[in-house]
Amino acid sequence: MADQEVTLMKGNEAIAHAAIRCGCDGYFGYPITPQSEVLETLAAQKPWETTGMVVLQAESEVASINMVYGGAASGKKVMTSSSSPGISLMQEGISYMAGAELPALIVNVMRGGPGLGTIQPSQSDYFQACKGGGHGDYHLIVLAPSSVQEMADFVDLAFELAFRYRNPAMILADGAIGQMMEKVMLPPFKPRRTEEQIIKECPWATTGRIGGRKPNIITSLELRSEEMEIINNNIQKKYRECEEKEVRFEEYLLDDAEYAIMAFGSAARVAKKSIDNARAEGIKVGLLRPITLWPFPTKEVQRLASKVKGILSVEFNAGQMVEDIRLAVGGGIPVQHFGRLGGIIPDPDEVVEALKRMF
Amino acid sequence: MAKMYGATVVNVERCKGCNLCVVACPLHVLALTTKEVNRKGYNYAHEVLADTCTGCASCATVCPDGCITVYRLKSE
Amino acid sequence: MTREEIIEKGQVVYKKPTLLNDVPMHYCPGCSHGVVHKLVADVIDEMGMTEKTIAISPVGCAVFAYKYIDVDWQEAAHGRAPALASAVKRLWPDRLVFTYQGDGDLACIGTAETIHALNRAENITIIFINNAIYGMTGGQMAPTTLLGMKTATCPYGREVSLHGYPLHITELAAQLDGTCYVTRQAVHTVAAINRTKKAIRKAFEYSMQGKGSNLVEVVSTCNSGWKMSPEKANKWMEENMFAYYHLGDLKDNGIDSK
Repeated sequence: MADQEVTLMKGNEAIAHAAIRCGCDGYFGYPITPQSEVLETLAAQKPWETTGMVVLQAESEVASINMVYGGAASGKKVMTSSSSPGISLMQEGISYMAGAELPALIVNVMRGGPGLGTIQPSQSDYFQACKGGGHGDYHLIVLAPSSVQEMADFVDLAFELAFRYRNPAMILADGAIGQMMEKVMLPPFKPRRTEEQIIKECPWATTGRIGGRKPNIITSLELRSEEMEIINNNIQKKYRECEEKEVRFEEYLLDDAEYAIMAFGSAARVAKKSIDNARAEGIKVGLLRPITLWPFPTKEVQRLASKVKGILSVEFNAGQMVEDIRLAVGGGIPVQHFGRLGGIIPDPDEVVEALKRMF
Repeated sequence: MAKMYGATVVNVERCKGCNLCVVACPLHVLALTTKEVNRKGYNYAHEVLADTCTGCASCATVCPDGCITVYRLKSE
Repeated sequence: MTREEIIEKGQVVYKKPTLLNDVPMHYCPGCSHGVVHKLVADVIDEMGMTEKTIAISPVGCAVFAYKYIDVDWQEAAHGRAPALASAVKRLWPDRLVFTYQGDGDLACIGTAETIHALNRAENITIIFINNAIYGMTGGQMAPTTLLGMKTATCPYGREVSLHGYPLHITELAAQLDGTCYVTRQAVHTVAAINRTKKAIRKAFEYSMQGKGSNLVEVVSTCNSGWKMSPEKANKWMEENMFAYYHLGDLKDNGIDSK
């Protein structure tokens, strides 16, 4: 595939191609519907023969995430992908990576739960992605793509943010975006960093004591409480900076809006159509789409709350992001939730009906 | 005939008094102190039959904490 | 000949390994971990691999191995060290990559990671300290606890009807096509220690030669967990552990291959 050529592919395939193109050093994963095309595409592309990228099918999601931990700890640009039940299995490793301050990319192509649930698309892992998921006080940087193009674009962005903050980043997609075919312009090829570059850019990484430097230790363990508090405070400080600088969102027809819909990922696509339909009926409604779910666009929601009469959160779940919206709004205007569960994608008109019913 | 002379130097503060060096020494050169303790409160290994040491390093080899340095001198 | 003369004029025939730093180890007095740490430190140094070693420490007593041996270390979650090592070795093929794990870590919670890393023929070495007990958490039953052996969670002795059988994970590893060198050693005598050092050296060399995965089990004591003096623990190990965990090479494919 030539550089800068528009092509048609699935969101999962776009993730794989983008990973190769952005100089990813290693992918470690395990098959699970609806994200298996990521590993399948990588296996078919054989990047180990071209860019030198390592691709390994692990024995489990637990092993996958710990391979990512090892790779990230050695300064390499490494990633994994899975879907909801698999991401649950990875929480141990994700928490360890956040604790050891390691950059990595985790892609969650969500399916409906709880339990084995369904293989149909869902957004029911918002809490898991944004509120910790694993143990301890930590956050992931969470990006929510709503198109195949964004699936491709967010791979490089996620790595960039992960390395900037030395923290795992997650692309929180869903089965619809993962499976849907759409036109996409893949990012241009970027060479993998050389070992010398890695050693220079990641002086903290366990790359071997080349040049006789002091040993580097990657660990999340510290038994002295006073020290552990300092470590935690430093991590929290990093999060505050991230909240300050990295909030990303999209606005759609909000200038004259009397009501706002908030939705992320696939739900935002449904919401846009709903807004068009509602406007045709004379209802002035617009969309605020968080692109970063963490850090959450709290200030933008507050600004919005001072302009509109109500906010409807449209999610493919029982109401998760709506809690963050309510926290941001603080009770000034009504904030409602509309969602479908079990892997059902709502019809745009259902959303319009909900909007009319609730406000 | 050549004779081997040995000497051991125990890092007293590193010693935990496990007694494994005492057991390993074929010539009973080492023993644990009975009264003296180091800063951590352990009785520590010391030479009690220094003259018989041949510097075989058995004591140092089995020492889990790397407390013992062994010197050896060959005399014709 | 005075002691001073011997020290002044004599040769140093044994000293603490250069790579073993001055931090006092947290291990109990007489613990086998210290001996194995010394061997690992010496072998890395003797192979000239100090600058090219990336080691993985476990959860358990050896969790702080990174404080004692002066190379780069990653500290893994319980049982996951072989997964970390697999990735690191694939991403840095010219590095010496090894894990250092205990029986609870390797043969229980990390069985899947152990078996699969070994069977993928990852060019790594796993150093496996088998003292048949969970030391760090206070002496609970391990998968390798012997039948009849008393621990905090089998206080009346391990029974087949209640706890099943001790796991021969090293024999299992020897059956895997991916393993190159699988051996079981001990560190209770000078001779045994020398053999273990040779085994570690061989395993490290095979892994650097790309011959596949290597497992060096060291049957060890946990005198605190076993509630014995270090000396008695060594005797108990010889009489009981060696009867179940036979010492020696279980597999050495490295000799035949080029």
